[in-house]
Amino acid sequence: MKKFLAITLALVLALGLAACGGTTTTTTDTQDEDEATELISVAIINNDPNESGYRTANDNDLKAMFTEENGYSATFYYSLKNDEQIAYAQQAIQAGVDYLLLSAADVSGWDTVLQDAQDNDIKVILFDRTIDADESLYVASIVSDMDQEGVTAVEWLESQGLEEYNIIHIQGVMGSAAQVGRTGALDDKVAAEDNWNLVVQQTADWNAETAQQIVQSVIDSGESFNVIYAENDDMAKGAVAALDRAGITHGVDGDVIIMGFDCNSWALEELLAGNWNYDGQCNPFQASYIDEIIKTLEAGEEVTEKTIILEEKGFDATTITQEDVDTYGI
Amino acid sequence: MKTVKKIFSNQIVIPLAALIILALFNLIADPSFYKITLGLNSDGNPVLTGYLITILDSGAELAILAIGMTLVTAASGGQDISVGAAIAISGSVMLRLLCGPTANSQTLLMPIACAFLIAMVVSMLFGAFNGVLVAIFKIQPMIATLILYTAGRSIAAWINQNQLPVVVDPTFKYFGGYIPGCPVPTAFIIAVICMIIIGLVLKFTNLGLYTQCVGINERSSRLNGLNPTFIKILAFVIMGMCVAVAALIKVSRISTINYSVIAKDIEMDAILAVALGGNALSGGKFNVWGSIIGAYVIQFLTTTLYKFNVSSVALPAYKAVVVIILVVASAPTVRDKFAELSKKMKSKKSVKEAA
Repeated sequence: MKKFLAITLALVLALGLAACGGTTTTTTDTQDEDEATELISVAIINNDPNESGYRTANDNDLKAMFTEENGYSATFYYSLKNDEQIAYAQQAIQAGVDYLLLSAADVSGWDTVLQDAQDNDIKVILFDRTIDADESLYVASIVSDMDQEGVTAVEWLESQGLEEYNIIHIQGVMGSAAQVGRTGALDDKVAAEDNWNLVVQQTADWNAETAQQIVQSVIDSGESFNVIYAENDDMAKGAVAALDRAGITHGVDGDVIIMGFDCNSWALEELLAGNWNYDGQCNPFQASYIDEIIKTLEAGEEVTEKTIILEEKGFDATTITQEDVDTYGI
Repeated sequence: MKTVKKIFSNQIVIPLAALIILALFNLIADPSFYKITLGLNSDGNPVLTGYLITILDSGAELAILAIGMTLVTAASGGQDISVGAAIAISGSVMLRLLCGPTANSQTLLMPIACAFLIAMVVSMLFGAFNGVLVAIFKIQPMIATLILYTAGRSIAAWINQNQLPVVVDPTFKYFGGYIPGCPVPTAFIIAVICMIIIGLVLKFTNLGLYTQCVGINERSSRLNGLNPTFIKILAFVIMGMCVAVAALIKVSRISTINYSVIAKDIEMDAILAVALGGNALSGGKFNVWGSIIGAYVIQFLTTTLYKFNVSSVALPAYKAVVVIILVVASAPTVRDKFAELSKKMKSKKSVKEAA
């Protein structure tokens, strides 16, 4: 019985580890190496695609680009943990890939492994997220400028020309790049202008229900507000649920301006229907840029721009079209 | 004197006292906390609003889960930490059935009740899976449920192929909102129904007694003709039912699901509710009502902190301080100490009186 128990426990542990650890999927088989045309081998280290709609779109975009038809043999590694990602990077270096594409879970701790990659003549390209390491350690980085996303949104809000801005600010997980960037611009503006006030500034950890409770609490207190600045679409949705419940109008021609981020398809539909006012894009489509850089390097040319900042739009409910929803929705 | 002692030795006193202290604190700080108004929502239906209503409404899921968690704790002497992940699975199943495999159906593909029942069966099966690991394979409940805790959200995402189904039909909103014409939040009504059901079950069946027996001494209850394996699995299956009900409310609130954040960390709050209710986390004797009050204490606290606009970064710290005080105060050892103390005081008094 004891032995049996030990075995089951070991199984449980293994299962648990497999489940919480990153999953590794290899899209190519060894026999591909026999093929006549030489494939460029890339290792892609990304965050778990289940994390968010953004990440799913990002992962799908990469998977669609780095296929054999496009001349790549790609290996995908997923983890939300930095140390696991570093271990994967080491694996990839030992496997001797040509390129290492990296969206790091954490900004620090990458110097040694990237130095290793450089010593082995593996070119590192950062995507989506930047890291704290010497620029010489990677050939290029394609990143979102979260600060700029915040600035674009705040500028849009300013252009609405309200007499007074009483804002409910719902933040993401504190300390995440998206939260820091999107909060920063608004904080600066509120500090600078007299007629911009924060009614509430509270984190909902990207969670719609928590956002609903926060807005509900403001409604219960009877304080007046006319803007909801939610740092992602989910939280904006939660906030709107609270407004609907209290019979407060929102969106175009409504009493409250609704702002969200990430451009989920369903959120853009809300914009199109006039229920929301603004949605800021966080561009997950980096694969084509990476492809271009690899092509340049393979042709023996130098990459001219070390850091490429993705162009990111902000959508206004009054100008958005169905085409925008189809193109930019994730 | 005896009745006073009886009241103080009752485990429900601590959570009730916590609730009253929180209520008094709010009353002194700002009496408008208790203002309840009858307004109209955006569909033009009359609804009650106010902090108290918000607490009753938002605390519903936690109260329902606390019922199941109490039984699991009592029977198995451990906790189910897979509750949040199980809610994600159950909610995902519901939306998959309602929105179809492409997740974009504009009409409901089947009656909500039907989808709910199927989701309930699924979550009961997952509950049974946990129960079997605990009761038959004798794995520590926390380890056994760790499997589902880590894998559950991925399973939930997989059920819908990582798409985000959004239910368009307005009737689906009723469960987390209001039924037209009824100003009381539906979630609270559902919670009350669950409480009535568990109250009746505990009163008219032997479930409560058997669960306690198994929790106190498994071997002796087997010698007395009970089947501890069955009782334990049953507790986890009931937990599964509670999960399905909570999942219905959760997905109904926003008509969609986010696999990674839905009901995040709710298992910890549910366990906390059981502890606040004065139940021993090592199993045995239990009081469901204590746990339910414990759940509302947690919600009361959360709402109070939101009301006073505690800064985002400091919120968990404030919560932790209050929770530490409550948990320590309701711990059985502390209560025993208190009982001893009051006994001593009394004996002193009687000595004095005699003199």
